[in-house]
Amino acid sequence: MAGVELLSDQGFRIDGRRPHELRKIECRLGVFRQADGSAYIEQGNTKVLAAVYGPHEVRGGRGKALHDKVVVNCQYSMATFSTGERKRRPRGDRKSQEMTMHLQQTFDATILTTLYPRSQIDIFVEVLQADGGNYCASVNAATLALIDAGIPLKDYVCASSAGFVRDTALVDMNHLEESSGGTELIIATLPKSQQIVFLEMNSRLHEDNLSAVMDRAVAGCTDVYNVLDTAVRDHVGETAAAIGGDAA
Amino acid sequence: MEVDIRLPAPRGRLAAKEDDEITLVTPGDVITSDTGFMRGHGTVMEDDSLKSTVAGVVERVNKLISVRPLKARYTGEIGDVIVGRVIEVGSRRWKVDVHAKLDAVLMLSSVNLPGGELRRRSEEDERMMRKYLQEGDVISAEVQNVMSDGTLSLHTRSLKYGKLGQGVLVPVPPSLVKRRKTHFHTLPCGVKIILGNNGYIWLTPTVTESNTGGYEVDLSPVSRGDREEMARLRNCVLALAEQKMLLYDTSIMYAYEESLKFESKVLLKSEVASEIAELAQQRLEHEGYK
Repeated sequence: MAGVELLSDQGFRIDGRRPHELRKIECRLGVFRQADGSAYIEQGNTKVLAAVYGPHEVRGGRGKALHDKVVVNCQYSMATFSTGERKRRPRGDRKSQEMTMHLQQTFDATILTTLYPRSQIDIFVEVLQADGGNYCASVNAATLALIDAGIPLKDYVCASSAGFVRDTALVDMNHLEESSGGTELIIATLPKSQQIVFLEMNSRLHEDNLSAVMDRAVAGCTDVYNVLDTAVRDHVGETAAAIGGDAA
Repeated sequence: MEVDIRLPAPRGRLAAKEDDEITLVTPGDVITSDTGFMRGHGTVMEDDSLKSTVAGVVERVNKLISVRPLKARYTGEIGDVIVGRVIEVGSRRWKVDVHAKLDAVLMLSSVNLPGGELRRRSEEDERMMRKYLQEGDVISAEVQNVMSDGTLSLHTRSLKYGKLGQGVLVPVPPSLVKRRKTHFHTLPCGVKIILGNNGYIWLTPTVTESNTGGYEVDLSPVSRGDREEMARLRNCVLALAEQKMLLYDTSIMYAYEESLKFESKVLLKSEVASEIAELAQQRLEHEGYK
């Protein structure tokens, strides 16, 4: 790995983190009034907005409606100004389509889809600034938006990534670490039951190191969960106190 | 031109009422491991323990445990007053958007057609459906039945309900509309308000009622004064909703009275809106409302 040194001899990464440290996470729920649920998350310099509409009647052709469960419809888009070089198409290119499919699979597995037959849930995700871990930030933002919309989930879905540099597993890779060409493992879990709902790995990794990298990523998911849960509790507590117990 | 620029500031919440009976849970939280309880809405039974699936408040009725999310789409109950918008005219039925999980239906057989209650519905009526209600019309109705998949079936078989003419539709979260005996109010300021249980609030100027079952709509111009009153009320309703205060005739009236010292367009500013909500809440507490 010529040029940049991803992990210094002292055990620090390029942005000054240690291998097991996440980037700073900041999040807010209920950022839009129009949507049923919405959230904004910043993971380091990666910034993502998510909006959820539904469950509502299936729009655009009733043929899509399923008689036994809800249709989960996702749209992933990246703002034209989100990357270093200006993007031509915010959505619809290969990468966005793949990401859309991955998000759809992730949330199809997590939402209790059988509760709302013949309806549809829309999840719109927009990356405002891309600095690595776009899928992870999108999943985390969409989870918060779904919770804000009051849609039943098995559990939170938290996503995190991990890489492998100089015999050390690095959690929550940023753009520089991602683009250096090493291995990257992306994982989405249900943190309380430790089940994996999504796993993707690009480029090769020796089998002996796999468990170390996976453990690091799963630990990253749990850390993300703790941050998200605190944010949700703050938000819900605030609203519950205002409405009180008499809104039934 | 006058330009108003302000620095971003966190929107303040009203002082929270302390209530230690509230138990908050988030998705995946174990509510109880005791198997003697029944599973209600917002919960799931997994590995012999009752888990929450939404973030909200735990409610217990005897052996039934349910979790109520603080913000969700409207789930209908029989007898609810509803304001909705017609979005489709089908065969013998209208589809109505009521902010629920599925569109509500209004059957041709459950409306009062002009010309008496006991008229048979002929094919003529079926062809005339679009004359009575067409796409985009706003109606008030009552929930007649909730079907097994959650679809609401509505009726307008009362002179209270029917097509709504000129007015303002304000959507708010359904959980903020307080359930009362009556949801139709004529406020002293000369505006009629319908608080739909589904979170759609309708404001309309009071005009002399015509007895046609509400299918003739008065489209004469509304005076500027009336429109200003309606705009002020709309802003008051939004101010209360922003602060998550319950909406009913008294709370809206108090907010309206507190707002009179401002111009109605100033109410759009968040700090003025929160001030009004706060003053209204103080008055409600002072008068002994919850």
